[in-house]
Amino acid sequence: MKQLQNFTKGIIKENPVYILLLGLCPALGVTTSAINGLGMGIATTFVLLGSNIVVSLIKDLIPAKVRIPSFIVIIASFVTIVQLTMEAYLPDLFASLGLFIPLIVVNCLVLGRAEAFASKNTTLSSIIDALGMGLGFALALVLLGGLREILGSYSLFGYKFIPGDGMLVFVLAPGAFIGMAYLIVLFNYLKKKTS
Amino acid sequence: MEYFVIALGAILVSNIVFAQFLGICPYLGVSSRLSTAIGMAGAVMFVLTLATIVTFLIYSYILVPFEVTFLQTIVYILVISTLVQMVEIVLKKVSPALFQALGIFLPLITTNCAILGVAILAVQNEFNLMQSVVFAISHGLGFALAISLFASIREHLDLMDVPKSMRGAPIALIVAGILAMAFMGFAGLV
Repeated sequence: MKQLQNFTKGIIKENPVYILLLGLCPALGVTTSAINGLGMGIATTFVLLGSNIVVSLIKDLIPAKVRIPSFIVIIASFVTIVQLTMEAYLPDLFASLGLFIPLIVVNCLVLGRAEAFASKNTTLSSIIDALGMGLGFALALVLLGGLREILGSYSLFGYKFIPGDGMLVFVLAPGAFIGMAYLIVLFNYLKKKTS
Repeated sequence: MEYFVIALGAILVSNIVFAQFLGICPYLGVSSRLSTAIGMAGAVMFVLTLATIVTFLIYSYILVPFEVTFLQTIVYILVISTLVQMVEIVLKKVSPALFQALGIFLPLITTNCAILGVAILAVQNEFNLMQSVVFAISHGLGFALAISLFASIREHLDLMDVPKSMRGAPIALIVAGILAMAFMGFAGLV
């Protein structure tokens, strides 16, 4: 029961993007379409899962004073794995996510979970926490990416359902900020309703 | 002329906050007062320029000769966090006044994606050292411009009657969206 709560808390109650306001840069930067949001969500989840597992395994070996630099090195290693794998097998997605793949290193969400959760809990709980938080993050990005794609180019996951150009402003930078503002309002409302 | 084009592009056309979405956390986090926003902007400009110079030198004289450019992400983040610590220690000894002004913002800067982002972009654009320095300083200026504009609007926003559900982050993001729209006017300038 506790594990289930660990898993589901990231979806609405502690949604990393809309409630905790973590990882806003990639959330705003890559979500020009739902598929980009999904790609970024999966990449971040992988890094989160890897770093949470390693941190929870070696938490007793790391001296408290150097724990933050150690976490950063662990996270950076997983980011490099994602970066090289994506460049080799998914070059198109890698090109459209661009700078934001190496920037997963400085995503406050990943370091935040390592410091606040994985360094204090068992490996199993840390895996579940990483999957739940990663799902919440991916969901947030797909929602914002989907919203911007639907309004901005009348399509979803590349499938066009209304002919025409759409409201271009939603694909461009202002749409990211405004779309996110309304999604934060929605998630605050949902959080209030469910608790 | 070449430097002018780089600077203009970085400050206005592809503004670090409004067009590239880097450094959003400090942008939303410390922009409720103009004075703190200016302090943060100063700290970002300082560390950004220093970090870009150091990472550029490490990239061209260590990573490239030894053919280990794939270690870029790991090396950069370590260099940046060490650098921030060192700046903090040096500033404390050398210029206590500057430390007083920038001190509390320095630890926050390590996880500011603007620093790592600009350092990587400078390499991606294949700039030389002088171009990288101009690139970094003008991105810092762009950040200062964005955050001080935003902070002055937010100070007025406190007096407005904002709907309850929009208070805090949502209204701040709407303001950022409108500012981003204004900055789109600079597109095509260079």
